[in-house]
Formats: sequence, C-alpha cells, structure tokens
Amino acid sequence: MLDQYIGVVFTFALGAVIVLGMVSASMIFGVRSKSRRAAKDEVFECGNPSSGPARGRFSVHFYLVAILFIIFDVEVVFMYPWAIVFRQLGVPGLVEMLTFVAILGFGLAYVWKRGALAWD
Amino acid sequence: MGLIEVGIAAAKAFAVLMLVLHMSAILLWVERKGSALIQDRIGANRANIFGVMPFNFGLLNTLIADPLKLITKEDVVPAGADKLLHFLAPFLAVFPVMVTFAAVPFGDQLVIGDYTINLQVADLDIGILYVLAMSSLAVYGVVLAGWASNSRWALLGGIRGAAQMISYEIAMGLALIGAVMTFGTLDMQAIARAQGHHFYGVIPAWGIIYQPLGFLIFLIAGIAESKRVPFDLPEGESELISGYFTEYSGMKQAAFMLSDFAESVVVAGLATTLFFGAWQVPFLFRDGFHFPGGVIVALPHLAVVAMQIASFTIKVFLLCVFQILVRWTLPRYRYDQVMDLGWKYLLPLALANMLVTGIVIVMLG
Amino acid sequence: MGMGAALFLVLAVLTVVSALGVVLHPNPVKSALALIVTLFLLAVVFVLLEAHMIAALQIIVYAGAIMVLFLFVIMLLNLQSEDPERGRRRFVLRGLAWAGGVLLAVELALLTRGAPVGRPGAAPEGYGTAQSVAQSLFTDFLLPFELTSILLLVAVVGAVVLAQKQRRPTIS
Repeated sequence: MLDQYIGVVFTFALGAVIVLGMVSASMIFGVRSKSRRAAKDEVFECGNPSSGPARGRFSVHFYLVAILFIIFDVEVVFMYPWAIVFRQLGVPGLVEMLTFVAILGFGLAYVWKRGALAWD
Repeated sequence: MGLIEVGIAAAKAFAVLMLVLHMSAILLWVERKGSALIQDRIGANRANIFGVMPFNFGLLNTLIADPLKLITKEDVVPAGADKLLHFLAPFLAVFPVMVTFAAVPFGDQLVIGDYTINLQVADLDIGILYVLAMSSLAVYGVVLAGWASNSRWALLGGIRGAAQMISYEIAMGLALIGAVMTFGTLDMQAIARAQGHHFYGVIPAWGIIYQPLGFLIFLIAGIAESKRVPFDLPEGESELISGYFTEYSGMKQAAFMLSDFAESVVVAGLATTLFFGAWQVPFLFRDGFHFPGGVIVALPHLAVVAMQIASFTIKVFLLCVFQILVRWTLPRYRYDQVMDLGWKYLLPLALANMLVTGIVIVMLG
Repeated sequence: MGMGAALFLVLAVLTVVSALGVVLHPNPVKSALALIVTLFLLAVVFVLLEAHMIAALQIIVYAGAIMVLFLFVIMLLNLQSEDPERGRRRFVLRGLAWAGGVLLAVELALLTRGAPVGRPGAAPEGYGTAQSVAQSLFTDFLLPFELTSILLLVAVVGAVVLAQKQRRPTIS
C-alpha cells in the first residue's frame, strides 16, 4: 500500500519544481526599471493616491460561513466511510445515516430560519 | 521495489503534470478563440514567426509568445505587501491543483514484457478523498494573495473567493457521495473498471446513468470552485479590478490564471472518472472490440491502451470545453445569489440525492 | 535503522520545527501558515502508520477547513504582529516550564510502570484502509458517531447565536 505513495512523492516534488520555477520566472528574467519607483510600488486604487493600509475589520458574516463550513465538512467526511460500507450495512445503515442527517438537517433548517444564510 | 519501478513512477508523475499543464495552456487558447467565435470576433491572430510564415499559428500565442512575454515582465511587489506571502500565494494557488491528478487513472494497464504498469500515478485506496483533500488546500492561495497584497481590492477578492470556495466545497463533497455509494469504493481505478460493462449489451454503464443529478451538482460546484464565470466574483473585473490578484504581474499573475484553468481540468478529470466511464471506450475490452450482436474485432494490446488514454483525454477536454461554453454564455451572479445557490439549493439537493440513492440501493437489494 | 524509521525521524523533526514556528513566529498569519504545514506533516506521519483514511481526513478537516477559520479570524480582526518586547520572555519561560513538566511526567510514568515491552505486532490485513475504518465506525463506534451529530448541531446553533448577537433592530 505504501508503495503507491512513491508516485505521490514524485508528483509533489516535480510539481513543486515546476510551479516554483513558474512563479519565480518573472523575478529572474523580468525587466527591472528604477524610474518612478515610488509611484509604481503604490497599491492600485484606481489612480487615486493610496489611502493607507488596506487591512481592516470585516463583516462577521464571513466567520459564520467559515464555521458552518467546518461543521458541514465534518458531516460530509463522516458520510464517505458510510458510503463505502453502505451495502454491507443494509437497512440499519440507512437508518443510522438518516438519523445523523436528520439531526444536522435540523441544524441547517435552524440556520436558514435565523437568516444566517441570507446575504445582505 | 526496484529502480525500474521507481523510474516508472517518476515518468508517470511527469506525464500527468505535463498533461495538466498543457491541457490548461491549450484551453487558454480555446477560450480566446472560442470566445471570439461566440462573439463574432477574430480573436488572437498575431502569432507569426518574424512575419515570414504563410499563415498564423494561433496556438503559438498561448504556448510560446504569451509565456515569453510574461516571463520578461517586471515583477512588481507593492509597498506595504508582505514579501514572503506575496511570493508564496501564487505557488499555493497552483500547486495543490496540479498534484490532484496523481490519483486520477488515465488508462487501464500497460503490459511491456514482464512489467505491468498501472496507468495511474498512485493507485490510492482513498483516491477520491485524496483529491478532495488536495483541492481543499487550494483556498489558501486565494486568501493569502488577498491579504499579502495590502490592497483593498485584493483583500475583498480574497475573502469573497475563500467564502465562495468553502461554500461550494460542501456541495461538491456531497455530490460525490452518491457516486461513491453506487460503486462502493473510493479507489478511482476500481471505479473506472466498474464502468466497463453495458446495460442490455448496448448502453455503457457509466456513472452518469446512475447519478445524473449528482453529476449536475458536482459540475456546478466545480465551476464555482474554479472561480470562473458565472462565479467569478472573487476576480470580477468590473467590481474588483482583478480581485485577489490585482497586485500581481508577470508569471505570478499568470500562475493565478493557470490555477483557474488547471482547476477546470481537475473538475473535468474527476467528472470523467466518476460519471463518464474514465478511460473506458464503449464496447472496447482488453482484447479488442466486442460489438453487440457478437461481432468481435481483436486489437493488439498497445492499440487498446492508446485508445483508452485518448478516450480519457478527449473526454476531459470536451468537459473543459463545456465549462468554457458555460463561461461565455452566462452573466455573472450577484454575491448573495452565489451564496444562496451553494447553501440553499445545492446542499439540500445533494443531501436528497444521497438519501434517494441510498433508498434505491436498499430496495434493489 | 530501517527505511520507515528514517523517514519517520525526518518527518518528526520537520513537524516539530514547523510546530515551533507556530509558537515563535511574531506574525500571526505566518504562525497560522506554519500550523497548516504542521497539520499536513502530521497527515504524512499517519500515512507512514498506514492510516490512509485518517491522513486524508486530517488534511480535509484540519488543514483544509479549520485553518480557514483561523486565518479568517486573524485576517479579519486585523491582528498585528506582536510586539517582541511585551511579555514575550514570560510566555517563553512559562512554555518551557510546561514542556519540562510534561516531559517529567512522561519520564516518571515510564520509570514507575516500565517502558512498553516488545514491539507492536504488524498491522492486520487491510488495516487503515477506508473499508476497515468504515466497518468499525459504523458497528463498534455507532453511538459516538450518532452523538457527534448532536455535538455538531450544538456547534451550529452556538455559531449562529454568537454571530447574530448584535443584530438588534437599530435606531434609525
């Protein structure tokens, strides 16, 4: 089984070399001009002078999406092993998963009802 | 494990990476010419070698001229940017997508002398989970590009992109459950082989026959994951300049473009493997064609293998072209529509698809 | 030393180094990145232990999902790099004290109860494959599995309640 991972190792190594070469190509071969450096290095704000650091605080909504993502991701992850042995488990297996999905479906319904999925 | 096996593994890894890379580059050309066709323009037509060739090689544009131009561009890192992360972000956007193909089989097996080569870089028992794991890491390139640039547009694009990608990852994962239940395994080569028989002797038993809804949800979620129109809000040029890669130039910017195309290729590759019979050619078996009605055309082993690889490549390519067609047909969604589609439509639909699949399988015994 | 042991040693060193990076790097975003690397390397350790399924889940859930939330929180609260002067020494000392304490406890346990004797047997056939993990999850560990759904439900409700706390009707 572990033998198979030699292919993964090669893909990772070769992929890393290719992508690193690609990403750093312009840094190595690209032209470099010294003129008007200050203006060139400014961040793009549609031609207006930059108005300072851009990193600010954001809507709480994005955290909510991230938390919901984790929760449902864990749910999906539990379903994969179930899907493999589903045929051996038969009807009891289906009932087990139905219970699991029903409880989380209740959670989804709650989130929906509270308007946490609405983007305004 | 001998030296030859290691060499074979390295060769397969190289071949697959090149497949993804070149498929992406060719798709870029198909996109430019295809969009021109759709919009009644001529499109890229300026690739002629020193003006002496009798006709233009449009494809040379994207394969040689564009990279050459991009490589020689100045690499601008904006003031106030985090230099290390600014460099790392394009790497993190492309790398996970490229390595995803390691688990995707592109042919059955090739027998040369004493060696039987499985035409797949790594025959992983957890194949589909490997693919999902790697593609779940692609989100960091987007987030970090947005954060490292220290630009408002980039940050907005990065956050939007991350929220969109993780939202559709759920639908994507759920859409595949139905297919996994049907085949009862995560091993992608086993799934490919399971699609080799025919219903009533004529209809190939491809995954899409069992899971049409699953395929549809997967494709929509896949297009959203690759952040392409109609889901290109993270980089919507009319709102965010270029979104999370506003502050990138040269090959770094090209890397982000490439990652979108490479993701399209990965989505097409997964869809081909799970829903369109992977490398299977209808009626083609290991010893040749077995047509309905008892007509048998025996073929040499190498011809069969070549046809399988060609079949896989063509299917992947056609699915990519379909994604490009979608891209040039639909207008962009609003952000609330994107989130609604992911959470309120695709997620419940995928759950329902899974439960119905389960009930049908139990009823059929 | 076998091939497996050598690989494990290299991985262990890399994992510990990136874990130290999490603790010691002053920039919170880079700390989080180092944590992603650590979690990824742990997945590779799982692969070496032939726990393929767990390795994949480790990446999907920890490196791919939970760390997204971490990054969101760091980026969106706009946490700055910590000031190296402020109380850094105290934390390092405290951390070293804790690490020393844990090490001492492990040593004591080994001394009083004796080191585990012999080598663990070879993994049974099919160990760590998706099939075997799924089999035991849905037969032997069915109750914990079902209880997980309740845990997740509580998490959903909690997240929504906390995030929407300020959504009172505002005076306009």
